[in-house]
Amino acid sequence: MANGVLAERLENYLEHKTHKGIFAWILSTDHKRIGILYLVSMVTFFWVGVTLGFLMKLEMLTPGKTIVDAQTYNTFFTLHGIIMIFLFIIPGIPAVFGNFFLPIQIGAKDVAFPRLNLLSWYLYIIGGLFAIASLFLQGGPIDTGWTFYVPYSIRTTTNVILPLLGAFILGFSSILTGLNFITTVHRLRAPGMTFFRMPLFVWALYATAWIQVVATPVVGITIVLVIIERALHVGIFDPALGGDPLLFQHLFWIYSHPAVYIMILPAMGVVSEIIPTFARRTIFGYKVIAFSSLAIALIGYFVWAHHMFSSGMSNTSRAVFSLLTFLVAVPSGVKVFNWVATLYKGSIELRAPLIYVMMFIFLFSIGGLTGLVLGSLATDVHVTDTYFVVAHFHYVMFGGTAIILFAALHYWFPKMFGKMYNEKLAIWATPFIFIGFNMLYFTMFILGYKGMPRRYWSYLPEYQTLHIISTVGSWILITGLAIMFGNLIYSLFKGKPAEANPWGGVTLEWQIPSPPPAENFEEIPVVNHGPYDFSKINGNSDGKS
Amino acid sequence: MENPEISTPISISESEKTEQARHLSIPHQHKDAIGAKIGMWLFLFTELLLFGGLFLLYMAYRLQYTKDFVVAASELNLVLGTTNTIILLTSSLTMALSIAAIQRGKKKLSVAMLLATIGFALAFLVIKYFEWTAKFHHGIAPNSPELLSKPNGEIIFYGMYFSMTGLHALHVIIGMIILLFMLVFLLRGSISKTDYIKLENSGLYWHLVDLIWIFLFPLFYLLH
Repeated sequence: MANGVLAERLENYLEHKTHKGIFAWILSTDHKRIGILYLVSMVTFFWVGVTLGFLMKLEMLTPGKTIVDAQTYNTFFTLHGIIMIFLFIIPGIPAVFGNFFLPIQIGAKDVAFPRLNLLSWYLYIIGGLFAIASLFLQGGPIDTGWTFYVPYSIRTTTNVILPLLGAFILGFSSILTGLNFITTVHRLRAPGMTFFRMPLFVWALYATAWIQVVATPVVGITIVLVIIERALHVGIFDPALGGDPLLFQHLFWIYSHPAVYIMILPAMGVVSEIIPTFARRTIFGYKVIAFSSLAIALIGYFVWAHHMFSSGMSNTSRAVFSLLTFLVAVPSGVKVFNWVATLYKGSIELRAPLIYVMMFIFLFSIGGLTGLVLGSLATDVHVTDTYFVVAHFHYVMFGGTAIILFAALHYWFPKMFGKMYNEKLAIWATPFIFIGFNMLYFTMFILGYKGMPRRYWSYLPEYQTLHIISTVGSWILITGLAIMFGNLIYSLFKGKPAEANPWGGVTLEWQIPSPPPAENFEEIPVVNHGPYDFSKINGNSDGKS
Repeated sequence: MENPEISTPISISESEKTEQARHLSIPHQHKDAIGAKIGMWLFLFTELLLFGGLFLLYMAYRLQYTKDFVVAASELNLVLGTTNTIILLTSSLTMALSIAAIQRGKKKLSVAMLLATIGFALAFLVIKYFEWTAKFHHGIAPNSPELLSKPNGEIIFYGMYFSMTGLHALHVIIGMIILLFMLVFLLRGSISKTDYIKLENSGLYWHLVDLIWIFLFPLFYLLH
């Protein structure tokens, strides 16, 4: 491995400009700059989504109208879903941190197709603008919910085609990123970087990339068919003409359930990076974690119909899908046990990234376990389409992926920008996020269990106390998010210069200067050991891989 | 359909692995023909899955409306369908020949074969156009009163027919545009005996377009 800090005469990627001004960014094919482009655009979309979520919770403060009418509320939850899922969570970690660190972690100078990589970002932006444009057009913004269920999505008079096209284009972007990453992993690993010497983040990205490539086309064609249906009335999904809306649901979830793993797998990869670094110990069960990513990717394909337990299916298929759903919990559980086992007897340094990871393990475990409540037939029928489901997927998606995205942001911030963030402020943000999050979403479990249906604009007065707690929670959560992002943005300009390896990490990205040189490595490193070998740092056999 | 050029499996030998490490002296402009081919195959895989969704729907509806599908299928023009199948199969041959020619450094032959492929693609589209307009003249079009008066199964059959062959025709058009670009590259010399991966990948795409038609043709025209 190339050791220590490389010569400082290397121009870093922020100084190395191929074009002038803004064009140095939007025309750059450097994977690091593209990662930053994604980061900026994604955080922007994230705050649009947060604002919509904030307004929704404000509306739910009282039964009946609080600030907006029912139709506006419908468009709020639809756009909140579309933005958060298609523009934030799905591209999230792979597009930002995958782009930035995948090539570095395998000892390459860039991804396999740099220009295609830039094209993916453009498609992402175009898709995002399409999705949001419906806000400003006649007919009003889309109100179908992010799932676009037929027949409503072919009957509503709101702008459906534009956001659908947006989702299709975003899918294209996702596919191109996926095939780029697969090819990169196969072709550009440094000498000695065998598959089982790759960092687990790379393994997670690799498994994710396969899901992106294999699952996304199915939702692509489904979306195209809804567009055709709306434009030409061919009847394929229209029950009035003999079409079957259930087939839409099947095709939709054949993608959208694996998409859940597109969201969570990269996050799990990040966790497997952060924990060894701050425990000063090699990861417990490297191969098992690597294979569990592939197992999740594989089993994840065969569980889609658990979204449709109450839609109309034979009892046999419901039982089979329920069983498979339980199976997919196994590799996820394996990972959680391995992470905790890694921390055991480690010399733990409790820095902000690790605190976020702890938060993740707690929240994600709640999300995962409540997923089993939804995966079992009898209980699912009781809580389906209630706030219980809303709480579950926010615990998994927000408590899981988004929290880890924040962890990754803190973990790699010094490397990406060459600046240190303010550790105290970063830690101060976490109790706000943690308390706000649980107030906001845990109440939803109770509300759902008591029968509060999701997507309703009004509710019975007896639910109000819980709704108020939930809404106040959203304010605390947003305060925490504001502190966190404020700290990072402030540090971007005023932060102290970061060392090359502030955490004592051992993967390749910590062996090069911060920020990385334009071409990552002065010379391509030769790898001769596993990714989490702390024996040199610890000076004992405890950290050996 | 089988073409030795395209059926080369994606395998990465050990020698290539060590070789690929030395690849990137200039990072953003490296050439990696094997990498490009892996990328293309993955892309073709996504195309197969895209149409896979449609084939799944076709299967489900065929099971549900078997009789109506048989009636509607017998009204399609078998002669035109067969002609188009032959045209597309031949175009795959000329495509493969074009690649084989440039590999042997025979640029003129390669250009001629590529032109033939584009010509066949155009012929396919013209025939498709006449086929569709003939249907429209008989009042068979999406949402037309004539079609809506038929049983649900026939509406769905034509819904699938127009969607699937339409989407396939779109792929033929995209393929043609790609091949036109390749023609320019060939004439300019940026596709040559030593560097023909662009043409090879376009060929792969073209064979896929052909392959999908091979499945569309029996499903719509032959299964009575």
